[in-house]
Amino acid sequence: MELHKLTIHELRDLLKKREVSAVDATRKVLERIDSVDDTIQAFITVDHNKALKQAEEADKLLQSGEGGELCGVPLSIKDVLCTKGIRTTCGSRILETFVPPYDATVVDKLNKSGAVTVGKVAMDEFAMGSTSENCAYRIPKNPWNPEYISGGSSGGSAASVAADECIASLGTDTGGSIRQPASHCGVVGMKPTYGRVSRYGLVAFASSLDQIGPITKDVRDCALLMNVISGYDPKDSTSVKRDVPDYSAALSKGLKGLKIGIPKEYFIQGLDAEVEKAVFNGIDILKEAGAETVEISLPHNDYCVAVYYMIAPAEASSNLARYDGVKYGYRDSSGESLQEMYRNTRSKGFGDEVKRRIVIGTYALSSGYYDAYYKKASQVRTLITEDFSKAYEKCDVIVSPVTPTPAWPIGEKIDDPLSMYLSDILTISANLAGIPGMSVPCGFSSKGLPIGLQFQAAHFQEEKLITTAFNLEQHLDLSPKRPEGL
Amino acid sequence: MKITREELIHVANLANLKLSPEEIGPMRDQLDKILSYVDKLNELDTKNIAPTTHAISIQNAFREDVVRESLDQKDALSNGPQQNGEAFVVPSVI
Repeated sequence: MELHKLTIHELRDLLKKREVSAVDATRKVLERIDSVDDTIQAFITVDHNKALKQAEEADKLLQSGEGGELCGVPLSIKDVLCTKGIRTTCGSRILETFVPPYDATVVDKLNKSGAVTVGKVAMDEFAMGSTSENCAYRIPKNPWNPEYISGGSSGGSAASVAADECIASLGTDTGGSIRQPASHCGVVGMKPTYGRVSRYGLVAFASSLDQIGPITKDVRDCALLMNVISGYDPKDSTSVKRDVPDYSAALSKGLKGLKIGIPKEYFIQGLDAEVEKAVFNGIDILKEAGAETVEISLPHNDYCVAVYYMIAPAEASSNLARYDGVKYGYRDSSGESLQEMYRNTRSKGFGDEVKRRIVIGTYALSSGYYDAYYKKASQVRTLITEDFSKAYEKCDVIVSPVTPTPAWPIGEKIDDPLSMYLSDILTISANLAGIPGMSVPCGFSSKGLPIGLQFQAAHFQEEKLITTAFNLEQHLDLSPKRPEGL
Repeated sequence: MKITREELIHVANLANLKLSPEEIGPMRDQLDKILSYVDKLNELDTKNIAPTTHAISIQNAFREDVVRESLDQKDALSNGPQQNGEAFVVPSVI
């Protein structure tokens, strides 16, 4: 049986009935990685021995009728989440040798639920990018067409799920980094509400925007993973003390009475005609399934990219000050003084995009420019957040495309940072406002590349996203679900 | 250009980055484009708008000041590029 192609819930059922073992499933996934990852390039680190050992432990628990929700399920993890004893590079040379002495809270939760970690997946360096081309190790390819980008920054997560190199994955989203690659790779991705999931052990990029979330083969799996990773954590003082609902219960709800808002500002100039068509087809399906639609306005969305590219680099410039060649990672010892050691280490250890953002952020925070750039951006952030509050008075869920276009060929935008940044215009606002967002496959372009549909809801309304997304998935029934012939 | 060559080198220095002569030109061009784009924020009047620093309104998170288990010295030092078993070693400062 092709166990690697299963979803979490399918595999879990077989594991619980003991029709297959966790070791079998893990072996199949590792074989799949061995056979396709030369093409897909999703993994930075694969730890066969550790994965099989975890699987053996899972089998013991399953045998005795114990074991948590994910017991024996092989997952990949974005290489920005600390994994005790497994190298965590953040896609950067500066952390090439970093082996965390502790687990991120989400990794700890996965381990406690019995999950198997098969490896750490590629990403843009420090999650800065929209294509994963800024990875210092390898560039994950789009499994639907390896000439095309997988998206970013969680490109390795989305590619590994779409290529069946794992059963599901965890990614992170600072301006769209879960939703956008999920959309490009034809899988499901959710960025939870800021504070829903602990960020402890997530290597920080922009602390007021970063959030961890699932990338999965279907909506049911997304709900299952949300159940495991959500919740307050005393180790992250920005995580929120609030009960975690059973997200799987939201799957069985219908759409009657649900109001879906269509923001006119999201159907922008430059929106690809095929993307627009697929999204409106999805909206029609939701209407037939009982949802009402209402036109809404998010008048300040056009400013989100400008706001984001001040705030995120400003926070990054501060967060990345810690890479100085002293406590972990790469050190350049060629200079004489401490200052030279810092400078040489950082100048050689960071890639171009990371340096660019550190410089922008330092500039925006520097004396004389702070009010004009950082403060101004933070004020407009308030306006963007207020737009959402007003919109959610009229609707439950906002529907839109995830990205203005399907995936583009590798290399096409790498020399033009601004045009790359503008591709995030439909996902960034959710991070600025802290609201949850989700990407669900809704069709294909004429080139056979996946198109995603985005749902956004008010703070802590992830259940509404799951309900809407599950109804779409059931009624749409796309085929093929994942690329064939890999 | 929104940013002079000298300003760019100054800001990079503040961030402990040394830009090579080949890096300076392209980075200046790219920053100019980005900062010019960000100027569109000035279309908006934000005089009486409070800045957002936190997307979710949360209270300060206090906790009891109690000793808890934490990383031991060996683990904490384990990733240091240069360490002597007791401390990280760096080039002499004085």
